Amino acid sequence: MASEAHHLETLALREQFNTEEQQKDASTLGMWVFLITEIMFFGGMFLAYTIYRTTFPNVFGIASSSLNLPIGATNTCVLLLSSFTMVMAVRAAQLGQQKMIIFFLIITMLFGFAFLGIKAYEWTEKFEEHHVPAQAAFHLDGVTGPDQQGHAKLFFSLYFAMTGLHALHMVVGVSILAFIIWQTARGTYSAKYFTPVDIAGLYWHFVDVVWIFLFPLFYLIDRHLPK
Amino acid sequence: MATAAVLERETYLNSGYGLKSWLLTKDHKRIAVLYFITISIFFALGGVFASLIRLELLTPQGDLVSSETYNKLFTMHGVVMVFFFLIPSIPATLGNFFLPMMIGARDLAFPRINLLSWYLLIAGGGFAVFAMVAGGVDTGWTFYTPYSTSYSNTYVIATAIGIFIAGFSSILTGLNFVVTVHRMRAPGMTWFRMPLFVWAHYATSLIQVLGTPVIAVTLLLVLCERSFHIGIFDPALGGDPVLFQHLFWFYSHPAVYIMVLPGMGVISEIVSTFSRKSVYGYAFVAFSSMAIAVIGFLVWGHHLFVSGQSLYAGLIFSFLSYFVAIPSAVKVFNWTATLYKGSISYATPMLYAFGFIGLFTIGGLTGLFVASLGMDVHVTDTYFVIAHFHYVMVGGTIMAYLGGVHYWWPKMTGRMYPEGWAKLSALIVFLGFNLTFFPQFILGYLGMPRRYHVYPEEFQILHVLSTAGATILAVGYVLPAIYFLWSLAYGEPAGPNPWRASGLEWQTPSPPPTHNFDRIPVVTEEAYNYARVVEEEIKVGQ
Repeated sequence: MASEAHHLETLALREQFNTEEQQKDASTLGMWVFLITEIMFFGGMFLAYTIYRTTFPNVFGIASSSLNLPIGATNTCVLLLSSFTMVMAVRAAQLGQQKMIIFFLIITMLFGFAFLGIKAYEWTEKFEEHHVPAQAAFHLDGVTGPDQQGHAKLFFSLYFAMTGLHALHMVVGVSILAFIIWQTARGTYSAKYFTPVDIAGLYWHFVDVVWIFLFPLFYLIDRHLPK
Repeated sequence: MATAAVLERETYLNSGYGLKSWLLTKDHKRIAVLYFITISIFFALGGVFASLIRLELLTPQGDLVSSETYNKLFTMHGVVMVFFFLIPSIPATLGNFFLPMMIGARDLAFPRINLLSWYLLIAGGGFAVFAMVAGGVDTGWTFYTPYSTSYSNTYVIATAIGIFIAGFSSILTGLNFVVTVHRMRAPGMTWFRMPLFVWAHYATSLIQVLGTPVIAVTLLLVLCERSFHIGIFDPALGGDPVLFQHLFWFYSHPAVYIMVLPGMGVISEIVSTFSRKSVYGYAFVAFSSMAIAVIGFLVWGHHLFVSGQSLYAGLIFSFLSYFVAIPSAVKVFNWTATLYKGSISYATPMLYAFGFIGLFTIGGLTGLFVASLGMDVHVTDTYFVIAHFHYVMVGGTIMAYLGGVHYWWPKMTGRMYPEGWAKLSALIVFLGFNLTFFPQFILGYLGMPRRYHVYPEEFQILHVLSTAGATILAVGYVLPAIYFLWSLAYGEPAGPNPWRASGLEWQTPSPPPTHNFDRIPVVTEEAYNYARVVEEEIKVGQ
């Protein structure tokens, strides 16, 4: 009974809204508008990528082929699986199955950590291979002359900027999931009120979709060419 | 008896007195007041920088400050005025206060995010002020690469972080307004019954939401290039500094409309109220706001006519820049047509509105000069451009802002400002403004470049006129600060509707109660229905 009373209290409308439906609609629309700002945020970098790849197609191809494809592909799978478990968590929320929400969100979080761990390993690898633009010893095999080494630095600048920004979003995403898990454990959500689970899912899927663009643009662009 | 009831009534101002009741408030009206205080401080700070610039330019020699200091002065003037005053000015204060009231809502959709956006402005401002105190920044407010990334030895990073954070304040305000307009309108408040102030803010919010993230990521790349030596814009690596200019102006040109569109919304309200007529061609004015927001995103290349952009791109950007003048002109014509056969009264807000219409017209028309390819080559980076955008930003936005503050002061505080002093200062602002900036058109046309503090002697007379004007303008800005403060204690009680205006915000007591309306209003008529207002006044024999 105590938890029932707690439910009613948190279910209560915030004072600026008239109906629960209005409150849910406003929150969902707010998250969509936020995701549009995120598209514009990443968009500036995608524009820079497009321009430089068009200007220096050969060096970008060679630099792309130097990335660790098995690791990138593994990370793509990890994120796709995390999207699946996120969907299952939202489904559990719709059905009001609190324990299942927590179960699936924890799995999603673990996938998120796995992605970040693999990514960190990959960055370390780049550092050891002297593929970090800030390194004085920066060198990419297969391209000749200081000009082309400069273009390769552009590729890796974009690689670190874009995967770095993406990873930052993953960190934020994992923190949001932790918050939702805590709220679920407190009994905040029910089959009638689970908007935060829903919009956290929207955010998580968005971050996954960004990776779905990053992966082919960085890892796959020249793989079809004969070596 | 009646007075006693008024005194005991709970308002948003007396609902709590402690510092905590302000700093943790979720009431959009209190947050608007917090913003009002904050941006007034930034306006004063930017004004101090402007005064030093004008003082230095009194004489052809560089005698007051060194070249390095002068570079920092115009940079910090630009940074403070653009990012910490003009961008938040009308939306975060008047918009925050009145947008929910005008659509009959108790608050914005996300009150906590609204408070967060104020704290973000404070945090961003903190970084910017730290940079200024620590030694300043000298890149110009435009942060052009490669100077900003590789050569400047000033506090570029702290300033850019400040602008980055303040950008998120702007994004969240925009997001809040978009959702509020979509989801929080009172019963009967259809899209085409919304006041034009709300339309203007809706259009502004779309620009904030779509444009601001781009400047954020651009500054982030500049930061990474300066700190971690990645090289997105570095020509030594084959990177392109012009790409920075494209990304920068993709936001910063639409940002001009973030600054001026809310002002246009204010003018629509004022012109209608003091002509006691509906705004002529309501739908055209509403759609012209949307058109400005959309077309405004397609004109950024007119800042790059001399940056080595292709001639064909230049031609298209030139054409589109002419095109965006059409919706702006629609507004000016429609305000003028609203006056026709109106019963016009010359209260202070109306004086500012007249000032806005005249000065914005000059600013807009000279915008066409610089939008034409041939003319722009001649006047690029001269005082002609400086004069042009100050006519829009100061003659437009600040006139509208002051007009709006006078117009809604009675609602916000429950007190009238002293009308005589207010009219006098409106006149001083108008004269001072024109004397400051009109000579700069001539200076620029004659070839005086911007961002120089040493100039040939033949330019001195025009610079002296401009500095004299700035002095008068300063008086015009200090006077309202004094009489507004005075009116808080000694102003006449205003009553709910001193202007006999029609909007929903006037149907509630002044100052408004915490939840704006005792009962959510049901809207049954178009905005600006003065036919009905006048009819009722005749009935009660006013």
